[in-house]
Amino acid sequence: MTLSVCALRSADMTTDQEKNELTQTPLLKIWVPWLGMGGCKLNRRRGSSVPQFTNSPTLIVMVGLPARGKTYISKKLTRYLNWIGVPTKVFNLGQYRREAVQSYKSFEFFRPDNEEAMQIRKACATNALKDVVIYFSKEHGQVAVFDATNTTQERRVSIVSFAKEKGYKVFFVESICDDPEIIAQNITDVKVSSPDYLNCDKDEALADFLKRIECYKQTYVPLDDEKDRRLSYIKIFNVGSRYLVNCVQDHIQSRIVYYLMNIHVTPRSIFLSRHGESNMNLLGRIGGDSGLSPRGHKYATALGTFIKSQRIKDLKVWTSHMKRTIQTAEHLGIPYEQWKALNEIDAGVCEEYTYEEIQDNHPEEFALRDQDKYRYRYPKGESYEDLVHRLEPVIMELERQENVLVVCHQAVMRCLLAYLLDKTADELPYLKCPLHTVLKLTPVAYGCKVEHVFLNVEAVNTHRERPGNVDVSRDPEEALKTIPDHF
Amino acid sequence: MSSMEVGMAERPSNSATPRELTQNPLKKIWMPLPCKNGLPEKHISQRKVCMTNCPTLIVTVGLPARGKTYISKKLTRYLNWIGVPTREFNVGQYRRECVKIYKSFEFFRPDNEEGLKIRQQCASAALNDVRQYLADGGQVAVFDATNTTRERRGTITAFAEQNGFKVFFVESVCEDPEVIAENIVQVKLGSPDYTNCNTEEAMEDFKKRIKCYENSYETLDEVLDRDLSYIKIMDVGRRYLVNQVQDHIQSRIVYYLMNIHITPRSIYLCRHGESDLNVKGCIGGDSGLSPRGKEFANYLGQFIQSQEISDLKVWTSQMKRTIQTAEAVSVPYEQWKALNEIDAGVCEEMMYEEIQQHYPLEFAMRDQDKYRYRYPKGESYEDLVQRLEPVIMELERQENILVVCHQAIMRCLLAYFLDKTAEELPYLKCPLHTVLKLTPVAYGCKVESIYLNVDAVNTHRDRPENVKVSRMAEEALLTVPAHQ
Repeated sequence: MTLSVCALRSADMTTDQEKNELTQTPLLKIWVPWLGMGGCKLNRRRGSSVPQFTNSPTLIVMVGLPARGKTYISKKLTRYLNWIGVPTKVFNLGQYRREAVQSYKSFEFFRPDNEEAMQIRKACATNALKDVVIYFSKEHGQVAVFDATNTTQERRVSIVSFAKEKGYKVFFVESICDDPEIIAQNITDVKVSSPDYLNCDKDEALADFLKRIECYKQTYVPLDDEKDRRLSYIKIFNVGSRYLVNCVQDHIQSRIVYYLMNIHVTPRSIFLSRHGESNMNLLGRIGGDSGLSPRGHKYATALGTFIKSQRIKDLKVWTSHMKRTIQTAEHLGIPYEQWKALNEIDAGVCEEYTYEEIQDNHPEEFALRDQDKYRYRYPKGESYEDLVHRLEPVIMELERQENVLVVCHQAVMRCLLAYLLDKTADELPYLKCPLHTVLKLTPVAYGCKVEHVFLNVEAVNTHRERPGNVDVSRDPEEALKTIPDHF
Repeated sequence: MSSMEVGMAERPSNSATPRELTQNPLKKIWMPLPCKNGLPEKHISQRKVCMTNCPTLIVTVGLPARGKTYISKKLTRYLNWIGVPTREFNVGQYRRECVKIYKSFEFFRPDNEEGLKIRQQCASAALNDVRQYLADGGQVAVFDATNTTRERRGTITAFAEQNGFKVFFVESVCEDPEVIAENIVQVKLGSPDYTNCNTEEAMEDFKKRIKCYENSYETLDEVLDRDLSYIKIMDVGRRYLVNQVQDHIQSRIVYYLMNIHITPRSIYLCRHGESDLNVKGCIGGDSGLSPRGKEFANYLGQFIQSQEISDLKVWTSQMKRTIQTAEAVSVPYEQWKALNEIDAGVCEEMMYEEIQQHYPLEFAMRDQDKYRYRYPKGESYEDLVQRLEPVIMELERQENILVVCHQAIMRCLLAYFLDKTAEELPYLKCPLHTVLKLTPVAYGCKVESIYLNVDAVNTHRDRPENVKVSRMAEEALLTVPAHQ
């Protein structure tokens, strides 16, 4: 993740002159020492715009009774970390158990005196941790989230020594909740529909699950102020009204704490839309700062009508600093806030070019972009990867907010959508975000429900698919095959 | 936060016709231009923009020598830097103005009726000034006092409610005698209260002073104070309790407080070595080092080695000239895109003479308000600060570190460390081939400037006398530094 360049090359391989020689990597546009003759023992990890500051892998360990939101937090945190470029994976113990014990009978499995079940559960935990090791050592994982109750001190102690042995850092996330309403809601939202309760009706499932929780309560020992004072952890009380944070070790733990302290579970909707069709769009040009076309204005009016019809409580509206998003928001008749961070991707020397012109003037760049659209940085411009880092404060504030409409741009909307829908870096730059279509995202269970609403005003298509041939040596026609129509 | 501009709020919600947009010439912000009596109305974005709706009163809590003033000053510095007008109100200072001469700890005895009266008056006077400040454009006020009783905190909360302020408590709890003793040495012994005492006397008296507070100290309680918004910092940051964070600014404050530390360390700031474009008098671009620049890089390497710094981290931007410079230091370095030089947009790689020639209006506006001025298709210093905020946050987490960056960037970072205003920031002197060594000390930062004895062009352009758009070219170019 980090572009950490070791300059400690052996003295006899480089002259003073060569020491200062740099070359710019063609895709990322990162300056690196020139390899020269014989190359050098450089640590050539992938560069990015922000150092990731992770040395040893981190094992996040969830703690808490069932139905306290552990899986919700695990999945959300994992989605966030992956989006900002930290490879993260969830290891859910319940899933391992379901694979080991093909069919779930009842809460009796979880009784503390059920010896046979205990053995199975222990074996599952061991297997999960084995997979964690594989993830870190062979799959370039950086963070693993061990999603299980981990309610006894004994279990936590064994995890800590496992991590110590392997050289992993450990960070506990404990969720404590004694509000019966919240717990009942959780159970309804995610437990009743779990594979465990496929053949039960709602009331049976609820009753059984409550008994399951009781099984854990007997042996539950929360993280202790005194005994666990050397452990690194965050305790979340009652869905975020209070937090206890202990011994944060490093950057990534600090970021995790900040994130966890900003998320909430209040129901709300996020509306994403691009600006209305712009004059540049009509001409097939990228970037720039043009105004809306007549159809673009029409869309903006339709958007205003749509928003009103939704009767959204306390809607916040955000735009970029670019004319076209602001013009769009102006039609809504609602106060809006401008964020520079929401500006469209900077295409550098290619600003205001058509794709044909880019092919004409910078065919190699055009090919490189098709080879790795996520990491490709325009000369004197940005990459999608840069965008994600630019947008991180926007995401953080989106998490804090409730009902929000974000009026932005194609590349920016792809990044935001990828975060909300857990898309990979490879999928992100090809997500379909057509003009004149509003996306309504509503968090539900562990994910997000998406509704696409096309507001019935025609617009050009601005989506360019990856062409078949991405070789630098390709013919112009092959490069231009997937360009959408324009004037 | 400062580059979030708020669109016009005052208009009928069913109005169908969108307003025409115009781009503000200084900040390049698009805003609607409704006309009142034919005159354009001042847009809300040109007034003070605030992230929060109501002002926030931060209230420190804790025994003496627990770092309350350290935290207050640091937090105030940070908030002002990110564009949130903040001021601290230290009750101790009010007390010193009221009681000209400090005699002894007896003043603070809980049974000293007269002392108590005066202290109460001082707190009231301070709160009065808080009210004034927050009504006058201030966004956050930090009320720095012990506030150790529930009663006192109740009074403050009531005051805040009356005035429509949000309250956020910051309590510092520490029982480590070494930390406390060190605090006393660092900041109390040198206090005006103890100008005529020797170290031992001062230390003794201060310890008795702390005792006066101990009996009546009511720490923020998980149950009794569960409806208050606060952060409790325990043992200088080993542990935090965070309760009922209400909004964005409180969330940012919590994040900041959780990232700062007091471990002694030094921050080294320098620019890249002289570049080829520097020599020509051109701004921006991505050129390599000149021969003198390379010499500087080597000297920098030697200087760093001579400093024998433990665990030094080195950061550069992603521009060739800083990386070339860091290469000579022979320590692994991290590249941050956020440390890239200010983007001069259409003026990239121009000399000042060319900017005057092609964009005289822009050139004049930049001189009028260099902090807020945004280059066409480029950035402003204000944008830079926003971009650098994650860098500052990580700088706070780090220990010994060398940042190899650029003129505008270095000015922004320096302004943060030395508490410079937005007006001073763009004119801070950051010459080439000079390393600044910053060492936190007491409530501020010691600065040592080390010139590494390699000549370089001067790239500092002072604000000229005449900043009017109507000025002559010569007037505009008066302060341009010499170049090839």
